[in-house]
Amino acid sequence: MNLDLSRRSFLKLAGAGVAATSVGAMGFGEAEAAEAAHVRPFKLATTTETRNTCPYCSVACGVILYSKGDLRKGETADIVHIEGDADHPTNRGTLCPKGAALKDFVKSPTRLQYPMHRKPGSDKFERISWDEAFDRMARLMKDDRDANFTATNQNGLPVNRWSTTGMLAASATTNETAWATFKFAKGLGIVGFDNQARV
Amino acid sequence: MTNAWTDIKNTDLVIVMGGNAAEAHPCGFKWVTEAKAHRGAKLIVVDPRYTRTASVADYYAPIRQGTDIAFLNGVMKYCIENNKVQWEYMRAFTNAAYIVKDGFAYKDGLFTGYDPEKRDYDRDSWDYVIGEDGFVTSDPTLQHPRCVWNLLKEHLAPYTPEMVERICGTPKDKFLKVAEMISECSTPTKTMTSMYALGWTQHSHGSQNIRAMAMLQLILGNIGVRGGGMNALRGHSNIQGLTDLGLMSHLLTGYLTMPSEKDTDFETYMSSRQFKPLVPGQTSYWQNYRKFMVSFQKAMWGDKARADNDWGFNYISKLDVPAYDVLRMFELMYQGKVNGYLCQGFNPVLAFPNRAKITEGLSKLKFLITMDPLETETARFWENHGDFNDVDTASIQTEVFQLPTTCFAEEEGSLTNSGRWLQWHWAGGTPPAEAKHDTYIIAQIFLRMRELYKKEGGAFPDPVLDLSWDYADPNEPTPEELAKEINGRALSDVMDPTDPTKVQVAAGKQVVNFSQLRDDGSTMCGCWIYSGNFNEQGNNMARRDNHDPDDTGAYLGWTFAWPLNRRTLYNRASADLQGKPWDPTRKIIEWDGTKWSGYDVPDISPTAKPGEVGPFIMNQEGTARLFTRGMMRDGPFPAHMEPFESPVANVFNPKMRGNPVSRVFETDAAQLGLSDEFPYAGTSYRLTEHFHYWTKHNRVNSALQPEFFVEISVELAEEKGIENGSWVRVWSKRGSIKAKAVVTKRIRPLICDGKPVHIVGVPLHWGFTGSAKKGFGPNSLAAFVGDANIDTPESKAFLVNIEPSTAPKDKELVS
Ligand code: SF4
Repeated sequence: MNLDLSRRSFLKLAGAGVAATSVGAMGFGEAEAAEAAHVRPFKLATTTETRNTCPYCSVACGVILYSKGDLRKGETADIVHIEGDADHPTNRGTLCPKGAALKDFVKSPTRLQYPMHRKPGSDKFERISWDEAFDRMARLMKDDRDANFTATNQNGLPVNRWSTTGMLAASATTNETAWATFKFAKGLGIVGFDNQARV
Repeated sequence: MTNAWTDIKNTDLVIVMGGNAAEAHPCGFKWVTEAKAHRGAKLIVVDPRYTRTASVADYYAPIRQGTDIAFLNGVMKYCIENNKVQWEYMRAFTNAAYIVKDGFAYKDGLFTGYDPEKRDYDRDSWDYVIGEDGFVTSDPTLQHPRCVWNLLKEHLAPYTPEMVERICGTPKDKFLKVAEMISECSTPTKTMTSMYALGWTQHSHGSQNIRAMAMLQLILGNIGVRGGGMNALRGHSNIQGLTDLGLMSHLLTGYLTMPSEKDTDFETYMSSRQFKPLVPGQTSYWQNYRKFMVSFQKAMWGDKARADNDWGFNYISKLDVPAYDVLRMFELMYQGKVNGYLCQGFNPVLAFPNRAKITEGLSKLKFLITMDPLETETARFWENHGDFNDVDTASIQTEVFQLPTTCFAEEEGSLTNSGRWLQWHWAGGTPPAEAKHDTYIIAQIFLRMRELYKKEGGAFPDPVLDLSWDYADPNEPTPEELAKEINGRALSDVMDPTDPTKVQVAAGKQVVNFSQLRDDGSTMCGCWIYSGNFNEQGNNMARRDNHDPDDTGAYLGWTFAWPLNRRTLYNRASADLQGKPWDPTRKIIEWDGTKWSGYDVPDISPTAKPGEVGPFIMNQEGTARLFTRGMMRDGPFPAHMEPFESPVANVFNPKMRGNPVSRVFETDAAQLGLSDEFPYAGTSYRLTEHFHYWTKHNRVNSALQPEFFVEISVELAEEKGIENGSWVRVWSKRGSIKAKAVVTKRIRPLICDGKPVHIVGVPLHWGFTGSAKKGFGPNSLAAFVGDANIDTPESKAFLVNIEPSTAPKDKELVS
């Protein structure tokens, strides 16, 4: 037997595997085996584990996401539990009151579901399709850029500034998202561009 | 952070000042507990409040917010006068011996060259005497009256323990106890670490707060060593990453800087950035600037960045002001000069000072686009919530798009922690309903705009049309593709500089790290300091080897740290002039006669001889600066400055208000309050149960801390007739809020300049969306002024008044 069990396979052995293999192999009678088959396996033994980090503060504690369903197999994955990652050198499995409640962020009743649109003067948000939203935003932005772009300064020097539309980038996005965002904003010439580091 | 969270266990003394790690960074603070339990380390907390960090400290000293420079200057003076200096380190590794130009002086709270009209200094005299050979002149004996060391001693002279008490309100005996404990770390075998956060940055002199501690650490020989360093505890999970990647108005990636209108062409731009060494034989790393810059430009515009167009230099905006920082943008918005705004995972209605002005600015926009996984007050700034958001909805003409994004658990990629580790994470859940990744949203807006430019033309379309967007699926670049771009690759064969017949990197291959970048267009690299993150070895940010040979806390096999997987910055300074560790029990690297090696990646060329190349290779001096020349707008030495709103006048110059060179917009100047009308010193802070304005959307955290409150002392409560748990109104010149009063002994009145100063504490986690009860934030009260160097708002020090009141009213529900 492979003794170098990962925690996950250990849970499997201890839970779901019991009825199917060990019980029979050890010579229990059929009645006991049938009884054992009814025992609900440990909840986490049937989940997929994914390594992640806490998105709040810059300690960046390691966490393990437990989901029903496996994204890598193309399945829908529903996160049912989040806990600290004991292998992580910084937090060694521990989490603070914020990190310990991370599942409540993922499942928050105020998680946004659909693109919404508020018309000028309106007192409510209304659903809008992604497609319509993208087209409308691209139009508004391009029109503003074309109308207010500063191509050169008074000395004729190309200065390439678009100062009438600004952007705040999110310091909880990944570096990869940040790089794509950087290319987008600086490529368009948006000069009013900052992130939370400023405040 | 110069060091890592896991390195804190190596320290002998932790000073938490300008932060509250036990509450704001709890799992990082465990390394302090580790150092205390296993090394016998001590913990000092200096803070206006007796925080939870203070509750486990060995020594606590109170201080009035905004007076840290006076305190730290006092400690430096104490150390120098009591011979508590790591002399060998300080002499060899700082600019103490350099001679400063005649003319530089400090008087009445101001340095030479002040122009009150411009609110700026002429910084010409704030520099070294440069010899005819182009190198700096110095006096290694430290006898010369104009050497940095003697000027520093002169500058520190007024900061006696009595003066510290007068300014800071810290009783003299408490200050002296702290100074004495700190001074013990001047021996080569004792080390202090500084852990700070927004308690230092959110001041009009925030940069100088940090500088003062950095200077103290240099005098004590605590930079570059295990258990030492300047450790900025960054707020958000990737605020370090976004700064490194240059998502700021004045930056490009990797601390390359945006050109200004003075940089009329590429060569002019380069000439002020490739710093020549000021000491013979010194490595001045920025001499490689051109390689990083050209590779960055190639990453942005690919084949369209060519030698004959200066690599697309004119595609980059040239700034006409130091920065279009957030305060400037909201001022422009307030003046009606901004039409559109995108807020990606950002909630300015609660984050920026003078909320009334922020809301008014947003109301003048034509369109606002928000991208967030959660509801934000910003997306709903137009919605009336009675006292909690008292706006006239119908009159607000802003069109708003609220776009739902994925959260951390549904996306893949790297975040850079405070210790500069780029840690990869994987997606574990399916996003809710129609939520999309930020990269998808950004790509869609970009591609549709580019399509319009192709079809219609328009204002200078070239940088948009030519932007490199070379992804397998342009609609959604993958994290791996983007990470590889950040790392950089060879565009054509890169030859070995020592043997031009040999190919070092074949065309199309990832560079191993930034040492292979070129300035001839043969390489591209999104962000040079990150290079090495994803090379031909694979995704180094996903490495998970958590072995730590000899328990140094380095964890070199765990993910990837920038630069070059180095865990402790300036680690060359952990060894003496012969290359031997100052403290053999805390070796990081060592010189073996031919090369540097040890537990970390050396922060110096591996073959640079110890006596010949100084350790601070990012400075053209090779030494660290006790005197920072003209590089900071508000002075080469830190000097005491009051906050713009202060209960007491500046003792050095009673007419001086705040930082004399901070930018103040006209309407904001008129909205600064005085202490006769607003007698109490307000400050803002976080609680351990909440993270900013996110966790009020979580039921567990909302149950733990359900309701907004303000914290005041027993003495102030008595004076004002305020009962614990009763409603109060707190107001400044800019806004008014209502809260439950928490009357506490955690805050005590301080005696400053002979009069009592009461502090009002305002935590920052409440708004009008989410699961917690509706409330307010300190930004309704704080002033719209910022730091002189970086324009970070002064959110930690403002003036308020307080009175007993009644509950705030929500909007009446009509049925
Ligand atoms: S669990 Fe707590 S300490 Fe760890 S990263 Fe999250 S917020 Fe920070």
